[in-house]
Amino acid sequence: MTTPILEIRGLSKAFGGLRVIQTLDLTVGAGEIVSVIGPNGAGKTTLFNMISGIYRPDAGEILLDGKSIVGASPEKIANLGIARTFQTLRVFLNMTVRENVMVATYGATKTRIWQSVLQTGAARREEEAVKRLAEDKLGFFGERLMGYRWDQPAYSLSYANRRRLEIARAMAINPRLLMLDEPAAGMNPVETHEITELIGRLRDEAGYSILVIEHDMHVVEGISDRVVALDHGVKIAEGSFDDVAGDPRVIEAYLGYRAADSK
Amino acid sequence: MSDIGVDRWVEESGGRQEQYSGWTAPVRRLFDRIGTGWGLLIFTVATATFPLLVSQGGVRIGITVLLLAMLALGLNVVVGWAGLLDLGYVAFYGFGAYFYAIVASDQLSLHWPTWVAIPVIVIATALLGALLSLPSRRLTGDYLAIMTLFFAQVFVEIVRNFQRLPGVSPDFDLTGGPNGITGVEPWRLFGFEFDTFTENFYLLLGLLVLLVIGLHNIDKSRTGRAWRALREDTLAAEHMTTPVNRLKMLAFAVGAAIAGLTGTIFAAVQVGVFPNNFLLVFLITIYAALILGGMGSIPGAVVGAVAVAFTPELLRNPGTAGWLFYGGLVAVLVGIFKKRALAVLAAAGVILLGVLVRVTALGVWDESILGVANDTFTGRLLDGWLLVLGDQQDIVSNYAFILTLVGVLGVIVTKGWWRMAVLIPTAYLAILVWENKLALQPSVTRQLLFGGVLMVMMAVRPQGMLGTRRVEIT
Repeated sequence: MTTPILEIRGLSKAFGGLRVIQTLDLTVGAGEIVSVIGPNGAGKTTLFNMISGIYRPDAGEILLDGKSIVGASPEKIANLGIARTFQTLRVFLNMTVRENVMVATYGATKTRIWQSVLQTGAARREEEAVKRLAEDKLGFFGERLMGYRWDQPAYSLSYANRRRLEIARAMAINPRLLMLDEPAAGMNPVETHEITELIGRLRDEAGYSILVIEHDMHVVEGISDRVVALDHGVKIAEGSFDDVAGDPRVIEAYLGYRAADSK
Repeated sequence: MSDIGVDRWVEESGGRQEQYSGWTAPVRRLFDRIGTGWGLLIFTVATATFPLLVSQGGVRIGITVLLLAMLALGLNVVVGWAGLLDLGYVAFYGFGAYFYAIVASDQLSLHWPTWVAIPVIVIATALLGALLSLPSRRLTGDYLAIMTLFFAQVFVEIVRNFQRLPGVSPDFDLTGGPNGITGVEPWRLFGFEFDTFTENFYLLLGLLVLLVIGLHNIDKSRTGRAWRALREDTLAAEHMTTPVNRLKMLAFAVGAAIAGLTGTIFAAVQVGVFPNNFLLVFLITIYAALILGGMGSIPGAVVGAVAVAFTPELLRNPGTAGWLFYGGLVAVLVGIFKKRALAVLAAAGVILLGVLVRVTALGVWDESILGVANDTFTGRLLDGWLLVLGDQQDIVSNYAFILTLVGVLGVIVTKGWWRMAVLIPTAYLAILVWENKLALQPSVTRQLLFGGVLMVMMAVRPQGMLGTRRVEIT
């Protein structure tokens, strides 16, 4: 088997006495879509925050392409090729749609501040290239983020479009691994359906490996190659959607002991 | 016939948002039409003709305006773009000014050539700025503000008490203590000496234009974008590959360098530097210029500086100040009543009240209580209607002033006809106080009026004259 894009071994994290993640193992292979599910407080977002460098794990390894990224800053990790979105939207509200995406190319560009001041040829060429890249990424979402929207401030976008913008921004890093934190949260059924298709296209057309947290089981069923269920920071099930959804421990975690019993 | 599937309302929403409203709308539309490049050209030409039209004193005021504009532009980098509340900014200005004064005067008998002194000072100030950015790695908002404020205070104290610092020999007088440094030399470049106000004015104008162009280029570059992203959401910016700590340091350094450069010219123009030039009051003036003009906007910083530095100068003349006072009074009358007719009625009420008061007063006492009307247009106009007092002027207008304040409160809390009833005597009292007291003391009055103008401005346009309204909610 080839080296997985992301490999997590024995990851643990505690906040004071609360053990949020306990000796967790997880892998995401190249071109794979892995969903993380679990009730509120299961530690899903903490897991994301550790991978993207906000928290430092107490123990364990996080390997990207076989190299450890534990202790690196979020900026470094993003440059290494892990891009993420946030559960609570964090777009740059007072910047234009296009600028939002262009920001994410900072690490991949080289123009120095004095080159910008003097508007050297290299600076102008790079700026042009970054602009086209941003428009290209926004084009992935079809009509919704096109044309006149590019120069509008991000706060003028609808909730669903902000979610799309956040994904476009993450795409501009050209990541190896894309982490989506509840991409369908707060969306109506039509939009949820669109998101399901979109995540499939992100893998098939853009070629990302994807790790996704999601509560909507239709989405999880529609996209996942593999599902990992967490409860109280412990992995309670892993496998195909059907296997995990039918697992008594998963049902117990979501619905309680008797529900699992009656199944 | 409409195309199916095309939402006209959505498609046209961009155009709708660009339709400006309010009293600055024509100016803003003009700005959009002429574009940044032409705007700068028009500003430059207009400013360049300024010294030809005014006296030496006028040029001096012009220099103050340009200095403030440069400072506001530098502050805009740190506060407007990167969103770091830097209250130590005035110290960088002082540092540049003192540095130049020390290396270009008899203080230490150093006489560095300008082309050496300026680059050294700009780089040194930038490094100092980078150093002061270190707390911003951990602190943001109020905490960073307190930290940097401390730095500003320490700077003034060090400059004032240099010889008394531990480890400094009492014979070594670097900063001149409270007396400052005098005899600072002018800039000398390519054999040219900038020793008159007019020459320095053009020097400043040239630097300002270069600065505006440079900052404009930075604003639309990756650095400018990254600064704004950092202001909007630091955590998200970090996840989008921007090195936030380095960018904060860069913002502080660029802002400080601009302040340092401005300081050198200030020292040269003033032919000296004194600790009192760099107090917190001046920091607030720079902030006022930036906030009034519009945080985050380059033309805003310049326009704000012009407004903040020029308005108090205009108000020195009681005649000009009078126009502003009566203009404000009329604006209040028009603004308070929804119907024009009521405003006219109120104005008529004020006139009638004035006549009544005058007739009654002259009936009870006699003409000997009258003094001489102000030698301004409004003063002469109102003579014969208003009571301009003689001996009792001070006492009466002091009481009237307090009554005016009570009246203003009354106008705020009342409604309908009661408001009209309170407003008429209040307006009359305000005019009485103005002509009897305030117009005679422009030095105090202009500060009051200027404060009032700022308050009204910020209430009408919280985002500043040329600023863009920011949205904070998600």
